[in-house]
Order: sequence, then C-alpha cells, then structure tokens
Amino acid sequence: MFPAVLILAAVAAGCVPAASALASARWPGRSPAAAILLWQAIGLGWGLAAVGALAGLGAGRGQAGGGHAGVVRAALEVASRAVRGTAFRARAAGLLVDLRLFFVAAGLVLLLLLCWVLVAAFTAVLRARRRQRDLLSLLAHGDPKVPGALVVDHPAAAAYCVPGLRSRIVISAGTLKLLDQAELAAVLAHERAHLRERHDLVLLPFTALLRAFRWSAVARRAESAVALLVEMLADDHALRHRPARELATALLRVGAAGSRVPSGALAADGGEVAVRVARLLRPAPGLSAPALALVCCTAGLLVAVPAAFLFISF
Amino acid sequence: MNRLGELERAIMDVLWETPEPLTVRQVSGQLTARDLAHTTVMTVLDRLAKKGFARRERDGRAWRYRAAETREAYVTELMLNALDQTGDRQAALARFVRSVSGAEARALRRALEALEAFEQADPAAWPG
Repeated sequence: MFPAVLILAAVAAGCVPAASALASARWPGRSPAAAILLWQAIGLGWGLAAVGALAGLGAGRGQAGGGHAGVVRAALEVASRAVRGTAFRARAAGLLVDLRLFFVAAGLVLLLLLCWVLVAAFTAVLRARRRQRDLLSLLAHGDPKVPGALVVDHPAAAAYCVPGLRSRIVISAGTLKLLDQAELAAVLAHERAHLRERHDLVLLPFTALLRAFRWSAVARRAESAVALLVEMLADDHALRHRPARELATALLRVGAAGSRVPSGALAADGGEVAVRVARLLRPAPGLSAPALALVCCTAGLLVAVPAAFLFISF
Repeated sequence: MNRLGELERAIMDVLWETPEPLTVRQVSGQLTARDLAHTTVMTVLDRLAKKGFARRERDGRAWRYRAAETREAYVTELMLNALDQTGDRQAALARFVRSVSGAEARALRRALEALEAFEQADPAAWPG
C-alpha cells in the first residue's frame, strides 16, 4: 500500500512544478492542441493523484484492511465520530487512527470540492449565457456586413461569441466601424471556430479551478495559458479561410482600441495580443512528429499512472 | 428569431419609448399594425416581467407595465460583459481579444503603425 501512496503523492506534487514549467515553455504556441492535451492531463492527473494519495494514507495497511473497504470504513468512522463530536481527538492511543481519519476526510473534501466547483462554474456559465441571449434578442440586430452575427449599437470595440447549443456571435458597432470587410470576415472565422470546436468546454475546468483556488499562482497561470492556447487554436482555424494579414491587423486594431483595464502588473509589451500577432506574422513550424508523440505519451502517463495505482490499491 | 422573441422585442420597444407605465390595452394600441390578441400581449408582458425586463404595478383593476431599466442600461450591461469589465472571470463568453491594459494598447497601436508603414513600403512582403 505504501509505495502506491508515495507514487500518487509524488505525481500530485510533481504536477505543480510541471504546470509552472509548461506555463513558461515556448513550444506550446507551435502546437496549441498538443499543449492543451498536456494541460488537461496535468489537471486530471493532479486531481486523481491528490485524492488517491489522501485516501490511501487514510486507508493505511494491515488492520483497517486497506482497499475500498478500508477507505469506506475510515470514512464511516469519520462520519460517526463527527456526529458524536469526538472527531480527531488526539489521545496517545488513538493518534494514528485519528491521523488516518484526517487524511480520508481531507481526500473526501478535496474530491467534493473539485466536483462542486465544476458544477458551480458550469451553472454560473449557463445562467450568464441565458442572460446574454435574452438581452441580445431584445437589443441586437443583424447587419449585411457581418452575416450570421448580431450587432450591438455601442461605440466600444468588442467582438465575442456566446457558446452553447443556441450560440451567438456578437460584434459591436464600434468594431464594425473600426475594421474593414476582410478583417471582419477574419474575426467571424475565428469566432466560428470557437463555437464549432466548443473551446469554451476546454477552458471551463481551468476557470473553475481558478475560482476554487484564487490564491494559487499556478491555477492562475494555468488558466491564462489555456485561454491563450484556445485563442491560438481559433486563430489557426481562421487562417485556413483567411490570410494571416487580415487577422493580424484585426487583432491589433481591436486590441489598440481596448484600453480599459488600468495598467498595473500587466505586461507592457502588448501581452497576449502581441504574442498572437507575432505568431501569425512569423509562423514557427509545428512540433515534429517525435516531439508530438512525446507530448502525447507524457499526457497519457500523467493520467494512466495515478488511475492505475488507484485501481490497484483500492 | 422566433415569433415570440420578435414580439418581446416589439413590446419592449414600446415600453422603452414611453416614460409612464402602460396598460395591456395601451401597449396593444401602439402595435396596431400587428393586429395582436389582447391575451397574446398580456402573455408576452408577463414573460417579460418574469425575466425581469418589465415591472408591473396595480392601477385599480388593471396592471400597468414599464421597462425595468432603460435600453442604454441593458446595452451597458452587455458591453461590460463583452469587454470583461465585470471583474468576475468566467468562461461564459469567448472574446476575440481579452482585456488589454493601457500600456498594452499603446504597444499594439505602435505595432499597427509600424506594420502599416512597412506594408506601404513593400506590399509584397506580407505572408499569407
């Protein structure tokens, strides 16, 4: 039992520096899809390993029986002690048992927290999207310059989509004035790619994680990294239909018009938009086949190893 | 847009244009071109009230309806969300450009000017 717990703990702990390294790596811009896969594997692997390690520590070996029964028995004991109000009382004899119960409780809390933040984030997103659609149906109108999109009469430059089963693409009147016909077409191609490939579902777990661990720098970096990768994916899709130049100038114009966030700790080099523009104008070759295979294998192992140890030990 | 959505929109337009609360009959009266049944208008006004777009108040035996907020307030709400200015980061919308700081915007403006100058000098140099 103990080696399994140690390996799970090592995987969980290792995911944090791995996430930091991936967030500062330069290669993800060359193959955004592969990088997203790796991010997902890190997230899922960390969740499995962390919950598994805590549960494994709690189940212990020997007397409690280990395995499923051990975890369940320990969890039941946590519950009954909590009911009787004597949980975690550290008497000399009961110390070890209490410590194990603490680990099981921590594992359960983490598992419930992870499930809960996902559900909460998803319902919040659904509510916000319904409000958007309701408002748009009252306020927005079509325009021949942007077929298939809705126009909101406001001078600020905004372009976005509301993903979902009843999706919408929205362009503000300010954007309509700012961009020429070709640039508008590039923006529409970019937004359509988001909708078709449901990039919002890729980003959702990372946003949920960030909402649960607001204090965590790693969670924040993971969310920003995945958000940028998803934009790159949509940029790449738009490039199949439109020249790079149109998308690049559209990005620069909308970005240059949008200075509403007070500049503080944010980068002064143009940030995400500049990264995307540089990528469009000076495209780097995608990862080589062996490198892609390495990324995919790493991603597979990150999920398979904790999953296998969970399966074997319980 | 479906017929119901279209009706909601037409009725909200009537409410937005009139500062004082209107009865169902007054609302129907402003939509004569559509020849709507009284009950249809009442149903749509009820739906709008449920969604929070209209407020209703008793006036004797009739209900009077008015818009909960001005049209401008709703446009502002849409745009604050569109520009990621609500301070609540969630993945509800996918924005073409996420929020940009003042310094970033200046850097992008300079980059755009440089690109355009470059393009004028040598239009063939563009990739794509």
